Amino acid sequence: MPEETMTFEVRPAGDTARVIDINGDITAQSEGVLMDAYGRASDDGVKSIVLNFSPLDYMNSGGIGLLVTLLVRAQRQHQSVLAYGLSEHYRQIFELTRLDEAVHIHDSEEAALSAAGVS
Amino acid sequence: MSDENGVAADQPVPDESTAREATNWAKAVSRLNVSEVPEGAMNLNVEGRRLASPIQGFGKMWQKTYQIRIPTAKVSAVDLVETWKQNFPDFWPEGNQFYGPLTGIAPGEVAVLNMTLPGKMKLSTGVMVLYADEESFTLMTPEGHMFAGWITFSATEVEDETVAQAQVLMRASDPIFELGLTLGGHKQENVFWEETLTNVAKRFGHEGDVDTAVVCVDQKRQWGRWRNIWQSSAIRSTFYMFGAPGRAIKRGLSRKS
Repeated sequence: MPEETMTFEVRPAGDTARVIDINGDITAQSEGVLMDAYGRASDDGVKSIVLNFSPLDYMNSGGIGLLVTLLVRAQRQHQSVLAYGLSEHYRQIFELTRLDEAVHIHDSEEAALSAAGVS
Repeated sequence: MSDENGVAADQPVPDESTAREATNWAKAVSRLNVSEVPEGAMNLNVEGRRLASPIQGFGKMWQKTYQIRIPTAKVSAVDLVETWKQNFPDFWPEGNQFYGPLTGIAPGEVAVLNMTLPGKMKLSTGVMVLYADEESFTLMTPEGHMFAGWITFSATEVEDETVAQAQVLMRASDPIFELGLTLGGHKQENVFWEETLTNVAKRFGHEGDVDTAVVCVDQKRQWGRWRNIWQSSAIRSTFYMFGAPGRAIKRGLSRKS
């Protein structure tokens, strides 16, 4: 999928969290779009980045690499990274790559935001 | 009753993404299992190990990208990756062995690696094929490997050139490997992948220079991971090598009795 057909929207969720809707594919070509979305999400005071994988079409190993890079950037800003909307397949991929040890996975946006301390 | 593609009419047809997920990614495993070990291979530090991503590593996090450009007239991206997958060990520099399945690189396959380190030290470790499609494939390392992370091999066509690439995302697994990387290991790794890409290009009748880009993604070391040293493939391989004379004597005695 060409980079311009991916849309990673950023939504506010309270004062301290932002949700990034991952729409389309995540591959190595998504780096610009994903990091731009992360940059928009990282306002002052944001403590949690919530990744919404519900609209995800496909992710390859390059996409997993990008998530690791995003995680490092978030940790540098003392932010936690949470995720929801992962299909069973991608939950297993997160377990296989042990990304689930650093990205907190939840079943729904409500659960993820609750864990992020957003009421 | 089947349609023209042989799909039963009453069966749900998986969409394209689902089909790609099923065929391109390795199945979930908690621990690695080596199915076949060729004679002469040293098989240590793989069986029963878990995979380790850069998150589980110790050292600074690096992204290293190696690229070589080949005229597309000589090889397309898809053909290059297919050849690379089928003949992966052939492109490695001399002195290093990749004992993979004879069928080539496929998701979920585990390969044993025997590497030669400086000082002629032999090191046994392995990798699992995490992902493979027509244009890329990714190998992920187990706990105890020199580094925690993965290497993605890919090819893309840019104008009239096919760009073959190896990209490593890694942290040194433990403090000893971190020290080794700092004291020349990074340079040695660069040479390793530059030679590999040069060999790939030669297969298609092309000689060229490899472009190398190294980025430190995270300067911080994860000191909480220092205990990874207990699984170090270097330490375990060294003890194994020291024990070789004793094992040879024991084998000799058991044959006589």
